[in-house]
Amino acid sequence: MSTPEIVFAGTNGGAVTELAEYEAGGGLTALRRAREMTPDEIIAELNASNLRGRGGAFFPTGRKWSFVPKPEQNPRPHYLVVNADESEPGTFKDREIMLRVPFRFLEGCLIAARGIESTHVFVYIRGEYEREWEVLVHALGQLRKGKHLDGTTIVLHRGAGAYICGEETALLESLEGERGQPRTKPPFPAIAGLYASPTAVNNVESIATVPPIIEMGGAEYAKLGLESSTGTRVFSLSGNVVNPGNYELPHGFPLNELIYDVGGGIPDGRSLKAVIPGGSSTPILTAAEAERVTLDFDSLSQAGTAIGSAAVIVMDDRACMVQLGIRVSQFYEHESCGKCTPCRVGTRWLTQILKKIEAGAGTHEDLDLLLDVGERINGTCLCPLGDSDAIAVASYVAKFREEFLAHVAEGACPFHGTSSLDGVVAPTDVHAAHVGPADIPRPLEVVA
Amino acid sequence: MTTTLFDAIQEVRKSYPEKRSAIIPALRLAQEAHGGWLPEEAFREVAEALDVTPAYCLSIASFYDMFHTEPVGRHVVEVCTNVSCALSGAQAVVDAFERELGIHVGETSEDDSVTLRAVECLGGCGWATVVAVDNRHRLHVRAADVPGIVKELGG
Repeated sequence: MSTPEIVFAGTNGGAVTELAEYEAGGGLTALRRAREMTPDEIIAELNASNLRGRGGAFFPTGRKWSFVPKPEQNPRPHYLVVNADESEPGTFKDREIMLRVPFRFLEGCLIAARGIESTHVFVYIRGEYEREWEVLVHALGQLRKGKHLDGTTIVLHRGAGAYICGEETALLESLEGERGQPRTKPPFPAIAGLYASPTAVNNVESIATVPPIIEMGGAEYAKLGLESSTGTRVFSLSGNVVNPGNYELPHGFPLNELIYDVGGGIPDGRSLKAVIPGGSSTPILTAAEAERVTLDFDSLSQAGTAIGSAAVIVMDDRACMVQLGIRVSQFYEHESCGKCTPCRVGTRWLTQILKKIEAGAGTHEDLDLLLDVGERINGTCLCPLGDSDAIAVASYVAKFREEFLAHVAEGACPFHGTSSLDGVVAPTDVHAAHVGPADIPRPLEVVA
Repeated sequence: MTTTLFDAIQEVRKSYPEKRSAIIPALRLAQEAHGGWLPEEAFREVAEALDVTPAYCLSIASFYDMFHTEPVGRHVVEVCTNVSCALSGAQAVVDAFERELGIHVGETSEDDSVTLRAVECLGGCGWATVVAVDNRHRLHVRAADVPGIVKELGG
C-alpha cells in the first residue's frame, strides 16, 4: 500500500539521528526558507495547510499562533512550549517521532518559534521517555554546534510522571515549578501562558509537520487527506491486532482497512468486538460501527466519538466491557489532580460502581447511577480529565448495555474468569491495599 | 550535602528564567544521589540549593509518580497494566514477577534488590507488554521472559 509519508519522510522505516544525514536528505531547507519569510507569512502557510492540532483537540495550528500578540502589543518574552508529555492510553506516536525524526521535530520548533516571534522554546517531555530525551539532547547538540539555532534557546525539560501535565495549563504550571494542576481559562496561554507571558503550546506531531508544510507549501499539504481533515496522521494501533504499531496514513483512511489490511486483522482466530478510535478518552465503537467509519474528524464525530490522539485500541470478543470500564476509570481516578471535586470524587465513584457490577452485586439502579454520576462530572471541572472517564464509561454502557445487564441478571461476570481483562491490577488497587479496603469511606455513604 | 549535588542543581537552574522551574530536575538529581528515593534530607538539600522551603519540595515530589518518598529497592520494575498491555497479557507478566520475586505488587523484595510496581500507560501500547526496568523500557515482555529479567537483576 502506498500512502504519502510526511512526518516520517526520508527514514525508510528507520531513524535519522545524525544531522549530516538529515541535511543530505534535504533537511533544514524549510528552516532556511522560513528565515526569509516574515512571521505573518509563516502563519499564512499554516493557515493554508489547515493543519489542526495532533494532540487531541484538533485546533487549527495557524490560528493558535495568530492569537499570540505581536511583540509591540506585548513586550514580555514570547514562549513556544511543545507538549511532548504523551500519556493518553493507547498513544505512542510522539515518542516514535522524537526517536526517528528528531531533527524534523527540532526544525519545526525553530520555525514555529519564528512564527510567534519567540526565541525561547521549552519541550516538556514525558519523564518516562528517557531514550527519547537522550536522542533529542544529541540532536540539539548537533544543531547548536552547526550554529543552526540562530539565537533561539531550546530547553528539553523532563516531566516526572503525571498524565494531567498533558493538559496545556497544567503543563505550564508544572513547568513553572508547581504541582501540575490546570488553571482557569481565560486567560488562554496565547495571552498569559508561561510566566504570564504570550505562549503557544503545540503537540510534537503538529510541530514535526511544520517543516514539510513550509517546504511543500500549505496549499499543497492541504491536498492530502480530506478537505476538513487535511494531511496525514500517525495512527497508534494497539490491542488485539496481528501487527500493532505506528502507521502514518492520510486522514479519511478506513478504520476497517487499518485493522485488517495494515494491522493484519485479529489474531488467534478471534473476532472483533470493539474499537476505541482516539485514545481511552474517546467513546467506544462496536464492531459494526467500526466497519463504517473513516479515520478523520467528521466521520468519527458523526459516529458519536472523536479522532482524539489517533490511538486505535482494538478489542476481540474475549474482553469484558465492565472490566474495560473499571480499568479505564481507574486510570482517570489515579491521574485526577484533585483540584476539582466532581473529578476527584466522581472518577473514584465510577470505579466503585463498576466494581460492584463486575462482582455481581450490581442492580439496574447502578447502571443509571453510573450515567448520573458521569453527567455530574461533565463540564463541571477546569479540564476534561473527569469528563473523559464519564464519557468513555457512558459509551460502554450505551453500546454494550446487554453485557452490563447480564452481570446484574447472572449476579456474576458472564465471562466467568475468561475475559482478557480479568483480574488486572491497577495502581489504584495497590494504593487501596495500603490503606486497607475497610478504611475507605464510600462516596455513596459520604453523600448520604 | 555533597557539593556535587548542589553544583549540579545550580547547573540545571541556569536553563530557566525562574528558579522554581528547576524543581523537577533538581528532585530527580537528588533522588539519584539518594539511591532512588527522596528521604527528608534530600528535601532539605534541594531546598537549600534552590532557596525554597523543604515543604514546597515535598509538595512537588508527592504529586509526581516518578518521585519516591519511601525507600525502593536497588532496581525498580514497573509493569504497565493499562488497557492495551492488559489486552496483551500484562497481568500474566505481573503474576510472573510476583512469583519469581516472592512479593506482591507495591512491595520490595526482602534483600532490597527489586521493587515491583504496576503503573499506568508507559506509552508503548503497540509493543505490549511494556516493562520499565530502572526507567528503561523493555518491549514485548511475556511471562516467560520474567525469570530471565529477575536473574539479571540479581533478585
